[in-house]
Amino acid sequence: MIAIIDYGAGNLQSVKNALDSLKAESIITSDAKEIIKAEKAIFPGVGSFGDVIRALNDKDLIEPIIKFLEDGKPFLGICLGMQVLFEESEESPGVEGLSIFEGKCKKLKAALKVPQIGWNQLKTQKESKLLEGIKDKSFFYFVHSYYADPEDKNIVLATTDYGNEFVSAVEKDNVFGLQFHPERSGEVGLKILKNFVELR
Amino acid sequence: MLAKRIIPCLDVKEGKVVKGVHFVNLKDAGDPVELAKEYNKQGADELVFLDITASHEKRKIMIDVVKQVAKEIFIPFTVGGGIKTIEDIRDILNAGADKVSINTAVVEDPSLIKRASEKFGSQCIVLAIDAKSNDKMKNGFEVYTYGGRKATGKDAIEWAKKGEKLGAGEILLTSMDRDGTKLGFDLVLTKKISEAVNIPVIASGGGGLLPHFADVFKEGKADAALAASIFHYGEYTVEDIKNYLKENRIVVRE
Repeated sequence: MIAIIDYGAGNLQSVKNALDSLKAESIITSDAKEIIKAEKAIFPGVGSFGDVIRALNDKDLIEPIIKFLEDGKPFLGICLGMQVLFEESEESPGVEGLSIFEGKCKKLKAALKVPQIGWNQLKTQKESKLLEGIKDKSFFYFVHSYYADPEDKNIVLATTDYGNEFVSAVEKDNVFGLQFHPERSGEVGLKILKNFVELR
Repeated sequence: MLAKRIIPCLDVKEGKVVKGVHFVNLKDAGDPVELAKEYNKQGADELVFLDITASHEKRKIMIDVVKQVAKEIFIPFTVGGGIKTIEDIRDILNAGADKVSINTAVVEDPSLIKRASEKFGSQCIVLAIDAKSNDKMKNGFEVYTYGGRKATGKDAIEWAKKGEKLGAGEILLTSMDRDGTKLGFDLVLTKKISEAVNIPVIASGGGGLLPHFADVFKEGKADAALAASIFHYGEYTVEDIKNYLKENRIVVRE
């Protein structure tokens, strides 16, 4: 069972629909017990960095998420759900992130349109089970104004060019983060979710 | 590089696609889900469903269409037409759409853009602007509402800038002068708006030949191009347009 973590904002149905199409069992939940019990968890995020952290606090979900991560079970943060795994963000100064990864989230350079909305390419930086079978330079759907800048470059799975090169996928042990939306990226996006579903 | 997007638009009336394509492999050319799947297969980067259902009672049918599409299509899609309130927006997004596009309701109450973008995020609020050339306007184009029936006296470029400030995440810009003519997109209008705002602009109206699509990206500075009849009548597929753009060194998703 995969827990899709619901913190009361945003539409999680598209992630659920994508998992359903892969015949993977999942549940949208904000129940700490259900999250801890699940074999895997997906954490999609929309809104702002501060909003997400506040919502997690209000629903007492920070501890269960940390517990889940410490148990070593596969965890996938999508978009803002990846960013809040870092320490802080320029978007919400003073708000402490989950700090699973070291580093800060920064605003995209304003020379191009911000937010970045649309299909952009992944440049694979490292072999990974999550990106297995994904051709280098495949296109994925992005919607974001901020990006995560990890201190430890070894966690970087892929980068993307938007004026500058930014980190678009990370992995450390059992924790994965994707800046783009695999649930909205057609066949290649479904392939990544399938890889996640099949992780052992 | 960020790809330029090609977006087919489907007009849906009481749950059925109007002017549906007669693709040979489709069982029902009027079924929005079947058509959405076909466009997805052709490489559409997004889809827009325009609900043209006149009767208020029958508008709920669209929610079921959205639910079905969301179960089978894993690319972004937008629903527009007749959206008036925060509740309307919530219903459509909860059914599985990624974005809503709104024209008349936000012209009449611009605060709806702000309220909606604060509640659901800018990324799902698309400001739809129907514009027509008018020399009396400061920048030469006037905003129309009610499906092009009502002139508002608003300058289209000023309105685009205001919409961005209020929190719109994208602009869906339709040239009423070009809509349905297949004479090409209005490059002057598109360029003016695209340079005036820092959010993506989807150009619509007039796309009929392959070079029109290269023009709207190169000269019009658009981020995406939307078309309906060119696809509906099977003249070109999304793939044809993308192949042409690629030959002209415009980055598209493969």
